[in-house]
Amino acid sequence: MFEGLGNRLTGIFDGLRGRGALSEEDVKKAMREIRVALLEADVALPVAKAFIDRVREKAVGQEVIRSISPGQMVVKIVSDELVRMLGSEASELKLMGEPPLVYLMVGLQGAGKTTTTGKLGKRLKERDRKKVLMASLDTRRPAAQEQLAVLGQQTGVDTLPIVPDETPVAITKRAQTVARMQGYDVLILDTAGRLSIDLELMQEVRSVRAVCKPVETLLVVDAMTGQDAVQTGKAFHEALDLTGIVLTRIDGDARGGAALSMREVTGCPIKLIGEGEGMDALDVFHPERIANRILGMGDVVSLVEKAAEHFEEEEAEKIAKRLQKGKFDLNDLASQLKQMQNMGGMGALMKMLPGGAKMQAAMKGANIDDNHIKRQLAIISSMTPAERSKPELMKASRKQRVANGSGTSVQDVNKLLKQFNDAAKMMKRMKKMGKKGGGGGFPGMGGGMPPGFGGPGGGMPPMGGGGFPGLGGR
Amino acid sequence: MRLFGWGRKKQDAQSAEPSPAKASASELESRVQDGAGQDAGKDAGKDAGQTEASPAEQTEARKDERPQSSGDQQEATAAPAKKTGDKPRASWAQRLRQGLAKSSSRLGAGLTGLFSGGRIDDDALEELEDQLIMGDLGVEPAAKIVAELRRQRFGQEASDQEFRQALASIIADMLEPVAYALDIKNQHRPHILLVTGVNGAGKTTTIGKLASQFQAQGAKVMLAAADTYRAAAVGQLQIWAERASVPIVTGAERADPAAVAYQAVERARAEGVDVLIVDTAGRLHNKADLMAELQKIVRVIKKLDDSAPHDTLLVLDATTGQNAINQVKTFKELIDVSGLIVTKLDGTARGGVVVGLADRFGLPIHAIGVGEAMEDLSPFDPQAFAKALVDLEE
Ligand SMILES: Nc1nc2c(ncn2[C@@H]2O[C@H](COP(=O)(O)OP(=O)(O)O)[C@@H](O)[C@H]2O)c(=O)[nH]1
Ligand SMILES: Nc1nc2c(ncn2[C@@H]2O[C@H](COP(=O)(O)OP(=O)(O)O)[C@@H](O)[C@H]2O)c(=O)[nH]1
Ligand SMILES: [Mg+2]
Ligand SMILES: [Mg+2]
Repeated sequence: MFEGLGNRLTGIFDGLRGRGALSEEDVKKAMREIRVALLEADVALPVAKAFIDRVREKAVGQEVIRSISPGQMVVKIVSDELVRMLGSEASELKLMGEPPLVYLMVGLQGAGKTTTTGKLGKRLKERDRKKVLMASLDTRRPAAQEQLAVLGQQTGVDTLPIVPDETPVAITKRAQTVARMQGYDVLILDTAGRLSIDLELMQEVRSVRAVCKPVETLLVVDAMTGQDAVQTGKAFHEALDLTGIVLTRIDGDARGGAALSMREVTGCPIKLIGEGEGMDALDVFHPERIANRILGMGDVVSLVEKAAEHFEEEEAEKIAKRLQKGKFDLNDLASQLKQMQNMGGMGALMKMLPGGAKMQAAMKGANIDDNHIKRQLAIISSMTPAERSKPELMKASRKQRVANGSGTSVQDVNKLLKQFNDAAKMMKRMKKMGKKGGGGGFPGMGGGMPPGFGGPGGGMPPMGGGGFPGLGGR
Repeated sequence: MRLFGWGRKKQDAQSAEPSPAKASASELESRVQDGAGQDAGKDAGKDAGQTEASPAEQTEARKDERPQSSGDQQEATAAPAKKTGDKPRASWAQRLRQGLAKSSSRLGAGLTGLFSGGRIDDDALEELEDQLIMGDLGVEPAAKIVAELRRQRFGQEASDQEFRQALASIIADMLEPVAYALDIKNQHRPHILLVTGVNGAGKTTTIGKLASQFQAQGAKVMLAAADTYRAAAVGQLQIWAERASVPIVTGAERADPAAVAYQAVERARAEGVDVLIVDTAGRLHNKADLMAELQKIVRVIKKLDDSAPHDTLLVLDATTGQNAINQVKTFKELIDVSGLIVTKLDGTARGGVVVGLADRFGLPIHAIGVGEAMEDLSPFDPQAFAKALVDLEE
C-alpha cells in the first residue's frame, strides 16, 4: 500500500525539528515526496506539476509554528492549497429557472451515469420536493433504458415510458413535451456512455444538448480514474460546456486524484459524490475530505460528520444532557454501539480514520470486530433495566445469568463492564475538558474512538499517522 | 507469445470505414494475425467441432476458418436491438490504434519533443519518465523502465525511431510473460469461467463477447446471470445471450447469486455444456461483505466441481489508475484470480497500468476489450501493445 503523505513528510523532516523557517532545500525535498504522493493518488502529471509550483512558493520561508514539526507544517500548506483548488465551498445544483429544468448526465461507459441519475432523481424529489421525470437516451447498451426504469420504480420517481427504436434526440423531445405538459419541475436525461474520441457519439450528445438546453450538464467520473482524467475532462468540457462533475465510487479505496485533475482541467466544480450503489448513496462534495484522501491522511472530518448524522438527534441530546450531569450508563453505551453498527460497523469507521489500516489490523489481532459489537449488545440486552442504569449492581450471580442469557461467558461480561468503566471515566475527563463530541455529541469522537472499544488487548493503538493539526475540529 | 485460441475475422480490415486512423492500422492488423500463426498450436482453444483433435493439431488455416463461421453466426442471430452493428466497423486493431494513437500521440509528442535524435542524456530520460507516468504506468514501473533504458543506452547516439524501438522492446519484455490465451481444455465439462470485477468495469459485455467467440468455435456455451443486484443486469446479459445465441440461467430478482451459480452448474452438466460463464455483480474490493459473497459463490461452485472455477477472471477498466493494483491484489487474495481482461482500450486511456500489474503480480492478461460490440475482444499482444503505447510506426 502507498504510504500517506503525512508519514512520508514527517519522515524526511525528522531531523529538522526545532528550526525556525523552511529553507529552500527542505522544501525541495518535500516537493519530491509530494509529487510522488500526488502521482500515486492518480493526480494527472501536468496538474501535479502546477500544484507543486504553487505550493513551493508558499512554503519557502514559511515560519514553522512551534507546536508542530516542519513536516506537519508542509502537510498543512499542501492540504490548504489542495482544498482551495478543489473548491473551497460546496457548489449547489441549479434549481432556479423556468420548469422543466433539464439536467444532462454524460460520461464514459460504466462511469455510473444511470445510477447517479436514479439517486439524483430521488434526492431532488425527497429533499427538494421537486416533481422529477427521468428519461434514458441510452439506446446502445443492452437493457440500459430498463435499468433506469427499474431505478425509477425503486425510488418512486417517474420515468419516461420506453418507446423502442427512438433516437436520443427524439426521446429528448418527447421527454421535454411530457415534462412540460405534466408539470414536471426537473427532467433528468441519462445518456449512453461514450468515448471522448468517438466523434459520432460526441456529435450526438451535442445535438441532444442543443435541443434540451440543460441548466446542468454533469460529467460523471469514476473516482478510480487515472491519468486519463485530463483527456476525458478536457474533451467533454470542450464539446459540452460542462457545469459540474459528479465523482462516483468514492466508497472505494482509490485516492481520488482524478477529482483534482478534473477540477483543474474543466474549471467546473465537483457538485456531487457517489458513495455506494444504493439510491441514497449520494452526497455533496466536501473538498477537505478529498484533500485528506489524496494525501492519505484519513477522512477524519467525514467520520465525525457521519457519526453525527447517524446519531439520532434526540438520542444525542439525551446523552449529552446525561453527560453534563455526569451520568453515563449501559443504556448509553448500548445506544452508542448501535450507532456504530448503523454507520457500517467498525470496518467502515476505521477506514475513514488516519492510520485506519493499521488500526484495522490491530483490531483483527485483538479480535475486535463487528461480531464483537453484536456480542456486547447481546450482553447489555440480557440485563434488567435496573442493571443497565446501575451497572454497579452487576455481581457474580447476576453476571452468570446475563452470560447465560446472552450466550456469552462471565469473562465476556466482565470485559464489557470494565470497558464501560473505562468509558465512563473518559466521559468524565472529557466533560472536564469541556469538549463535546463530534458535532451532534458523539462522545469520544473528537478525541479518539468511542469508548467501550478498548477490547481485550486494552486500548486502541494511537491514531493520527500524519498528525495533521486542527483536522478534528471542522 | 501466446494468443487466443480463437482467431479474428480478417475481413474486418477490408470492411473498415475510412477512418482517421493512420494507414498503418491494417499493417498492424496483419502483423498481429501473423503473430497468431506462430504459436497457434500451443494456444489453440476449444473447438468443439473437432473435440477429438489435440490442440497441437490445430493449424493456422483452421484458425482462419473459424472467424468465418463467426460471421455467419452473427448474421443468423443478429439481435434486433443492435443498431451499431449496421455501420461498417473499423477492425479492432484499428480501433485500438485509434485510441492509443490519440492517447499515445501525447506520449509520442512528448518523446518527439524531448528527443529528435542525438544523445540520450539525463534530461531526456527524466522527461521520458514523466511521459510514462502520464500513461498510468505508475511511479515505480516508470522508474524501472527508464533505469533499464539508461542501462542499455545512456550516452549513446540514437535516432528517434531507435529510441522508441528500444523503449517498446523493454515494455514488451515486461509484458511478454503475462500474455496468455484463455486456454479452454477439454478436461472439464463444463469448463467454468467466473467473471468478476468492480462496478462498471465491463464484465457483462466481456462475457457477451467471450460467449460469441467460444460459440463461434463450436463450443456449447451457457451463461449464468449471477448479478442479481444491479437493476436490469439480468436483462442485459439476456440480450447478450440472445446475440450470441447461447442459453442462459437466471434466478429470481434479488436471488442469492450463489444459488444461481449452483443451478447453472447443475444445468450445464445435465445438458453437456462445454463452457459455462458466470457473470457476477460488480463489487468494490474493499467491501468485505461483498467479497465474502463472491467467496461463497466460489465455495458453492466447488461443491459440484472441486476443480472449478477453472478460470477466475478479473475484468479491469483501462481508465483505472493506480487503484487497479489494490483491485488485483485483493481479488487475487480472496478469490484466487487466474487472469485478467482489460477493457475500454479503445478510449483515450492507455492502460499503462497493465505494465505495472504485469511487473508486480505476473497474472496472465488474456484479452483486451476494444469496443462495445460483440467482436471487440482481442488477444493481448505485448509487442503491438508496447509499440502502440510509444507510438511506434512500422
Ligand atoms: N460502489 C459504487 N458503485 C457505483 C456507484 N455509482 C454507480 N455504481 C455502480 O457502477 C456500475 C455502473 O453504473 P451505471 O450507472 O450502470 O453506469 P453508466 O454506464 O455510466 O450508466 C453499477 O454496478 C452501479 O451500481 C458508486 O458511487 N459506488
Ligand atoms: N468503449 C468500450 N466500452 C466498453 C468496453 N467493455 C465494456 N464497455 C462498456 O462499459 C459499460 C459497462 O459495461 P458492463 O459490461 O455493463 O460492465 P459490468 O458492470 O462490469 O458488467 C457498458 O456501457 C459497456 O458497453 C470496451 O472494451 N470498450
Ligand atoms: Mg447507463
Ligand atoms: Mg454486469
